[in-house]
Amino acid sequence: MAFLEVQNIFKSFGKTEVLKGIDFTMEKGEVLVIIGSSGSGKTTLLRCLNFLETPDCGSITVNGEPLYVSGEQPYSDKEKREKRLHFGLVFQQFNLFPQYTVLKNVSLAPELREFKGKKLSRAEKKKVQSEIDFNSRSLLAAVGLAEKADFYPCQLSGGQQQRVAIARALALNPDILCFDEPTSALDPELTGEVLRVIRGLKSSDRTMIVVTHEMDFARGVADKVIFMADGVIEEYGTPDEVFGAPKSSKTQAFLKAIGD
Amino acid sequence: MSFLEVTKSLSQGFGVTLLIFGITLAVSIPLGLVITFGSMSKIPPIKWLTKFFVWIIRGTPLMLQIVLIFYGPGLMHWNFQFNRMTAVLVAFIINYSCYFSEIYRGGIESIPKGQYEAGQVLGMTKSQIFFKVVLFQVIKRIVPPMGNEIITLVKDTSLARVITVTELVKAAENIIAVKGIIWPLFYVGAFYLIFTALITFLLHLAEKKMNYYSN
Repeated sequence: MAFLEVQNIFKSFGKTEVLKGIDFTMEKGEVLVIIGSSGSGKTTLLRCLNFLETPDCGSITVNGEPLYVSGEQPYSDKEKREKRLHFGLVFQQFNLFPQYTVLKNVSLAPELREFKGKKLSRAEKKKVQSEIDFNSRSLLAAVGLAEKADFYPCQLSGGQQQRVAIARALALNPDILCFDEPTSALDPELTGEVLRVIRGLKSSDRTMIVVTHEMDFARGVADKVIFMADGVIEEYGTPDEVFGAPKSSKTQAFLKAIGD
Repeated sequence: MSFLEVTKSLSQGFGVTLLIFGITLAVSIPLGLVITFGSMSKIPPIKWLTKFFVWIIRGTPLMLQIVLIFYGPGLMHWNFQFNRMTAVLVAFIINYSCYFSEIYRGGIESIPKGQYEAGQVLGMTKSQIFFKVVLFQVIKRIVPPMGNEIITLVKDTSLARVITVTELVKAAENIIAVKGIIWPLFYVGAFYLIFTALITFLLHLAEKKMNYYSN
């Protein structure tokens, strides 16, 4: 059984069908890159995986555990929270919390999780807090921002903010980390630092799904590539297959338009 | 009538003014949030009833509301009546809660959706997202419009005189009616000016304190 199994996902907004039957699988440690023109449903697919949208139909299974099966009882908020933590999401617009320091942005969610509904003595609290802080600081070091821990997001460049967002998404150690066009909101000279961090995560065997328009990066980092068009997976294969010898005429047209 | 005597009776009036101001503020600020949740409710009857109520309160003069709450029960032959001060407080609290609720609503709706979604994908509960992520950003955004309302409230307290609650202006009128002198009116103005200056200064401090980040 594959690590992630996505089966027959359908999603409509009103009368607009955005996803029309998405099926794919991926293995642990793999990097899957999703490309396609805007409006093809890439972002909606990521949002379905992260429970920001509920598919109309289909199922999502991670590591043998069914996370979403259409037709099942609606999940309670609590179930949903547990299930969605198998996935992490890095947004196009970073969405950092502006009132908190960089460190607090990373440590907030683990703190809320660890301290919620538990009666801890002061010593225990202190111990847990120092573990969370230590972990958060090492994540910031991993994205090259150790020295910015006490800065506020508004004091950082876009590229630095996105790296903080990556550290924040890693803080809860998701099974699969998703990126929704992580460099699209950045100035061209700042995309490199973010892409470098993602490549670094690949070399540490993180399972990742990356939606991107950076074709050279996609080709370099991907183990598998999905090309989406009009809500379906038009083409699936290794980077060499999809970029080098695309079978679908839609893929060919897309790659040609991007190349021009 | 000496300056000292005038100061003494005006100070008594100012005490009443401060009482109306303080109690209205202390109750309306939290009550306004309850009304906000009502007008943002996903249950249509609650939402529309709340919005209708806010429309009535914001669409009619506070003076009319004070008069109605004080004289209304008697004129309707109900067997009870608020005392004057209570009627004033009830009217002010309802009125200001509605104004505050609209400011809160504007503040909450101005927070980008991405902030909620970031909290959601990090596994936060709805209340954690509201209290840990959104609330502070809302407060930062609403301090300037709240400041406006609070300064208006200082001066609105003078409406209490329509049901002869002796607040600051009424206290001055009483002196003028008896003594036929005009200067206490200017003196009253000075009371309001100094008090609003103090509030303006405090609001400025609050804004400055929250300006450590921009977004």
